[in-house]
Amino acid sequence: MRRRAPATLAAACYCVWPVSQALDRVEILGAVGRKSSFANRRAGRIEGELKVAESLADSASDPSHGGDDPSRRDFIHIVAVAAAAGGAAAVAWPLIDQMNPAADTLALASVEFDLSKVELGQEVTIAWRKQPLFIRHRTPAEIAKAVADDHAGLKDPQTDAERVKAGHAEWLILLGSCTHLGCVPLFGQGEYGGWFCPCHGSVYDTSGRIRKGPAPLNLAVPDYSFLNDKTVKIG
Amino acid sequence: MTAHTTYEPKTAIERWLDTRLPIIRLGVEVLEFPTPKNLNYWWTFGGILTFCLATQIITGIVLAMHYQAGGASAFLSVEQGIMRDVNYGWLLRGIHANGASMFFIAVYIHMFRGMYYGSYKAPRELLWLLGCVIYLLMMATAFMGYVLPWGQMSFWGAKVITNLLGAFPIVGKPITTLLWGGFAVDDPTLNRFFSLHYLLPFLIAAVVGLHIWALHVPGNNNPIGVEVKSKADTIPFHPYYTVKDGFAIAVFMILFAVFVFYEPDALGHADNFIPANPLVTPSHIVPEWYFLPFYAILRAIPDKLMGVIAMFGAIAMLFALPWLNRSKVKSMRYRPTSRMYFLFFVVACCVLGWCGAQLPDDAVIPALGKTGIAPMESDLNSYVWLSRIMTLYYFVYFLLITPFVSLRETPLPVPDSISKPVLAGEAAKKD
Repeated sequence: MRRRAPATLAAACYCVWPVSQALDRVEILGAVGRKSSFANRRAGRIEGELKVAESLADSASDPSHGGDDPSRRDFIHIVAVAAAAGGAAAVAWPLIDQMNPAADTLALASVEFDLSKVELGQEVTIAWRKQPLFIRHRTPAEIAKAVADDHAGLKDPQTDAERVKAGHAEWLILLGSCTHLGCVPLFGQGEYGGWFCPCHGSVYDTSGRIRKGPAPLNLAVPDYSFLNDKTVKIG
Repeated sequence: MTAHTTYEPKTAIERWLDTRLPIIRLGVEVLEFPTPKNLNYWWTFGGILTFCLATQIITGIVLAMHYQAGGASAFLSVEQGIMRDVNYGWLLRGIHANGASMFFIAVYIHMFRGMYYGSYKAPRELLWLLGCVIYLLMMATAFMGYVLPWGQMSFWGAKVITNLLGAFPIVGKPITTLLWGGFAVDDPTLNRFFSLHYLLPFLIAAVVGLHIWALHVPGNNNPIGVEVKSKADTIPFHPYYTVKDGFAIAVFMILFAVFVFYEPDALGHADNFIPANPLVTPSHIVPEWYFLPFYAILRAIPDKLMGVIAMFGAIAMLFALPWLNRSKVKSMRYRPTSRMYFLFFVVACCVLGWCGAQLPDDAVIPALGKTGIAPMESDLNSYVWLSRIMTLYYFVYFLLITPFVSLRETPLPVPDSISKPVLAGEAAKKD
């Protein structure tokens, strides 16, 4: 994101340049047309850049124009304003981007966890990126219930298999942050055997999928991988 | 603003100053400003609000000398440092924390007064809009200030409110990350909130300057809503309204002092005495009382994005008000039909505030129990449904009732001027 700023700025300048040139041409042709029908006809026959060059020469040789050519003045105004706007944008971007996560915050990105500490049917909450992470050792009954509801008209349709790693269906790893407004849902409450959010009453099932309430999405599954059967690396 | 002054610089220094920076002239103009002679006590809240802003800025600057922004230190620097160790820290924080509530009490009365007497109507639309901007800035400032003690309610309030912005498609998530400075509400969030909490009151002061400037061009509205017609309708601001405002401020300070000295925590929340814990959400999150009506509107809508839009829309209604009211009569004193709807609007706002403080699924009438009828996922006898009805009224009031009633109603006879009562009998009654 940081690297893109100069490129964006350059692109903005390239955009402004032809526009200002085009404006310049239109003004010059207009001025010529009003002044001399001969110059206008001649200009009409000649195509492309030559037309501009001719009319520029015409207007330059016209004594009434002199140094007060309004189109040249407009051109300078446009260039000056574009340069000032570009400069302001270039200064504003660091002031805005400093608010994005700093390098040390980004460096806290991954964590390893030993699953042997979690008994069957138990849930452990650990902190990952300063947010709660649920590590849930599911019972076969819960897995069966989640699979049975795979096509039960879900708000955010996802099968249970898509939310766990193949061959590790007993481990459900979720970001413990309600997708409504970020409260921590409580396990073992709500009518779907999963989680219930105390803030605004969202209910999640045994797969962490949203079933009822204002939350729009399922509890997020972070990126993680099994280093071996008993250790996961999250992030 | 240079029309009415009687100021004559008398000394050489005053003359020298007057041709370079006529600041004394400006002060005299403000004091002599011709003000309608019939302003009632509802008009004293402007002065009260100025007092509130000054109080918040002064106490805030000294509190910032002792406060330490940072997840590990913020809570201790407030609850131990300021509340126990710093000389008079308890008093300064008591004034500052309760001062925010006092500020909002005053601003709500000020706004309802403007609505009732039609003070937002031409030529005062810009005055009203600047007021709406001040109100927005106040809400942002108060929200960020509440986060600073870094208790449980501070932390989770910040989390819920910043997550609101995440509801907007595409731009929502990047904006939330930008606000947080991380993956969640954390130290960087607290630090930037402190910085902005210090900045915004000065922006408010600047907009208040514009607000007063915009007031001094058309002059005050007044309880009958008929513009000043002659000098006979006015009295100078000083001494008449300096004294009246001063008396009102003194009475207001009594209420203020009752909270500061006898009930300093009544308007706060017990959970904020627990240090912030990112892994545990309090069982019932509520914002400060002055945000409760908007919080109730947010919860009344079962969809996340629509809820957020409704909440912001509720504030946007205020900005549109000058163009929604088509009535030729300003004051509701002469608009009995509008007055009835307006009074119910005030009630609806209060009921929304009450709903915002309750658990959404609790029964409004406990004795009735569940009705068993639950449209839109909630039982009819619940605070959610009460909020929904009141939210509906809130929007209908602005978008339908205000324009239609203002066009269709028959107002009562309006006096010709402030000095001339509407009926001869009324004048006789007063004598």
